[in-house]
Amino acid sequence: MEELDGEPTVTLIPGVNSKKHQMCFDWGPGEMLVCETSFNKKDVTSRFHLKFLHLFECFLPLWHHKMFRAHLVCHFIFCRLVRVSKNYRSVIRACMEEMHQVAIAAKDPASGRQYSSQVRGVTTVVLAPLFPSLLPAGPLLLHLLDWVRLHVCEVDSLSADVLGSENPSKHESFWNLPGNTQTLTELELKWQHWHEECERYLQDCTFASNPHLESLCKIMLGDEAALLEQKELLSNWYHFLVTRLLYSNPTVKPIDLQYYAQSSLDLFLGGESSPEPLDNILMAAFEFDIHQVIKECSIALSNWWFVAHLTDLLDHCKLLQSHNLYFGSNMREFLLLEYASGLFAHPSLWQLGVDYFDYCPELGRVSLELHIERIPLNTEQKALKVLRICEQRQMTEQVRSICKILAMKAVRNNRLGSALSWSIRAKDAAFATLVSDRFLRDYCERGCFSDLDLIDNLGPAMMLSDRLTFLGKYREFHRVYGEKRFADAASLLLSLMTSQIAPRSFWMTLLTDALPLLEQKQVIFSAEQTYELMQCLEDLTSGRPVHRGPDTQQCQDDDIETTKVEMLRLALARNLARAIVREGSLEGS
Amino acid sequence: MEEIYAKFVSQKISKTRWRPLPPGSLQTAETFATGSWDNEENYVSLWSIGDFGNLDSDGGFEGDHQLLCDIRHHGDIMDLQVNLCIIICPTSFSHLTLSVNQQWTTAHYHTGPGSPSYSSAPCTGIVCNNPEIVTVGEDGRINLFRADHKEAVRTIDNADSSTLHAVTFLRTPEILTVNSIGQLKIWDFRQQGNEPSQILSLTGDRVPLHCVDRHPNQQHVVATGGQDGMLSIWDVRQGTMPVSLLKAHEAEMWEVHFHPSNPDHLFTCSEDGSLWHWDASTDVPEKSLLFHQGGRTSTFLSHSISNQANVHQSVISSWLSTDPAKDRIEITSLLPSRTLSVNSLDVLGPCLVCGTDAEAIYVTRHLFS
Repeated sequence: MEELDGEPTVTLIPGVNSKKHQMCFDWGPGEMLVCETSFNKKDVTSRFHLKFLHLFECFLPLWHHKMFRAHLVCHFIFCRLVRVSKNYRSVIRACMEEMHQVAIAAKDPASGRQYSSQVRGVTTVVLAPLFPSLLPAGPLLLHLLDWVRLHVCEVDSLSADVLGSENPSKHESFWNLPGNTQTLTELELKWQHWHEECERYLQDCTFASNPHLESLCKIMLGDEAALLEQKELLSNWYHFLVTRLLYSNPTVKPIDLQYYAQSSLDLFLGGESSPEPLDNILMAAFEFDIHQVIKECSIALSNWWFVAHLTDLLDHCKLLQSHNLYFGSNMREFLLLEYASGLFAHPSLWQLGVDYFDYCPELGRVSLELHIERIPLNTEQKALKVLRICEQRQMTEQVRSICKILAMKAVRNNRLGSALSWSIRAKDAAFATLVSDRFLRDYCERGCFSDLDLIDNLGPAMMLSDRLTFLGKYREFHRVYGEKRFADAASLLLSLMTSQIAPRSFWMTLLTDALPLLEQKQVIFSAEQTYELMQCLEDLTSGRPVHRGPDTQQCQDDDIETTKVEMLRLALARNLARAIVREGSLEGS
Repeated sequence: MEEIYAKFVSQKISKTRWRPLPPGSLQTAETFATGSWDNEENYVSLWSIGDFGNLDSDGGFEGDHQLLCDIRHHGDIMDLQVNLCIIICPTSFSHLTLSVNQQWTTAHYHTGPGSPSYSSAPCTGIVCNNPEIVTVGEDGRINLFRADHKEAVRTIDNADSSTLHAVTFLRTPEILTVNSIGQLKIWDFRQQGNEPSQILSLTGDRVPLHCVDRHPNQQHVVATGGQDGMLSIWDVRQGTMPVSLLKAHEAEMWEVHFHPSNPDHLFTCSEDGSLWHWDASTDVPEKSLLFHQGGRTSTFLSHSISNQANVHQSVISSWLSTDPAKDRIEITSLLPSRTLSVNSLDVLGPCLVCGTDAEAIYVTRHLFS
């Protein structure tokens, strides 16, 4: 397996006595949850009890806000796949420089080390061009040179040193390569010629007087010992590799690269240190073993960002033989799912995660459904954005559930208008009924409506639920009554009772509302209507048992009830009489 | 025609506002403020437009806005108003800050600071007219502050049973608010009560309204944008319904702005990632119908009138005009490609700035060329 960079740091958790109790833990996307158990070392059968939960946030430099640009631009490129590799590389280079600044500025040396190792991890994305079918035409070495120049920021000055040596004319004429008009064999011949010339100079001891020139000549011949003497100038073994190839075998073929790579690594490290995880990644890349590269990256890097994008690129280039995994359908999808899940754990990058899930054909939608419901919603504006994402993908269940949560919060805060607005959005009739019941309850308690601006202006939303319709119509009754249009008010009231949309508990209130209309000087309710009202009253009272218990409060309530019913009966009877008389006399006949 | 420059900043932008120029100044706008949201630490930042940078390899323009200064905030920046030297922004933890000189905490809350279950509410909109500042929030409350007073000068509790999304001045001392059940309410601060002086509402579905802006010259003409992306034009002097309804974006319209000096031009931005320029100036009919230029499409759209009472107006606003055959509006999409939501925009003279959820700020200096 891989070697550790150093000893892992030990963090003491405050308040936990690790000698007495054991701890258990579990990983999250960016955190670790630790809790104390009541198992102790002796008694294995104790029960599990939770006293404290500790949440540790793992240090993830790739979530540093300076790296946001990397995530964003990669996301942009991922969605469009335009001029892929070059764009990725320029983004990486820009980010690298920023991360370098951050690494230098980091106060804590441990985090500084972490930053620089992440930076190096990030730069291996430039491996993409090494893969044969991604390579445009041209000698391999050119690309390697290009890569080294891109990779280490200070290489630019270094290459000036190494390349711009004291025989500029010789070099310039030889390295006239950007033209790319020469074939590989022409190049080989030229180089052979030049190499022999250098050897001749060395053997003739032309430079014997000047040891620097002599070592320079040896370097140009690709002499490994001479190169290794300049180890401080070569920051790492792959720089050494490219330099070596430049001078000893510039027309190297991709297939031979791995042997040179292995020997360069061994020579450079010289048995002093062992290869780091990133070195393993590069070795696998030089062997063109894609699966190994992905595996090494997954182990070494703390974040799925690089691996997910790399695998996606390779998949698009049809370089990846997909075999099905037990989960996540295939490698590409699995990695994308992991990356996107990580994005969702971040407070602001979750919007990017949505698009990644969209591109996972098998499990993307299901994952998105699970994640999107769990985004914390602090403001309505954020909730609206989340809902829009769900609606665009026809996730009606999630819309419903999110709206229900928001509506419930609104009801608790007494924002009934907001609650109604959320239930309208989710087309949630049940919740609309709940809100209406709340309004009606408030009315019964206070004797007047709250939030008239809402109830008077329900519009077509009134049809969402029967209770809401009742609320709107009942308020209309009050309004019409207030305008003294008694006949309209009467028929409205009657229709409310006969059409069954009024809840039974409210019938008494409605009948009581009818009282003033019955008591008017003029006859408002016709005989027919009075019969219907009486029918309603009988329906209401027939189902009621009469309590004759010792409870005095109950007795009082009963008394009030019976008085009310009596009054209603009387009023209805009187109205009926008057109505009959009036209709009889008016009709004439 | 218009060159629009983008710059990636590492924060999702919720609001952008130009710093106003001193009256009578002949310069073009140079400084703008932005507020960010959704990060653990949000910032109000001041930027200046640099010289425009080079074309990058894609042929797009890489903007070169320079960050002048920023202030950290806890909570999302919900709205921003810039005066010459003062920036005022409420955040979602219901603090208003005045360039850290003054803070009004607990401006908006669901249950009050006195009670044990105190819960604050996000403030959603702010408008100011020196020295008065009006804020509205998710708690349905309207607050009137003055820059030199510690407490609110006037508070209308429970002004609305739903969330108030935006506020603007109609005529001082009247303000206009929009809420999440599709209503426009006009409030007169001279009156003592807690009732609005006028309520207007949408016909049909009561779609939540998210933004509002008043015509700079004709104070009775108001434009609102809704959750379904619909642009509505209202005449507050008559009727309770909008004068025109224009189908616009495919998702929530976050901001609508009349151009302050060319009010025949209107700008809207939306959750669907587009920013539109609406041109209702009357020299339009000479141009041919489907007018394409450089990849951006412009289409013509005629008004659809929902209700128009007898209108006796000496000055007919092109936005209220009734003749669908004669009046066409040219609509241009200003952003080169679809991005994540465009949350905010502002126009001043020939300059426009907008901010997106894709953590980019777009600036153009040549709106009318």
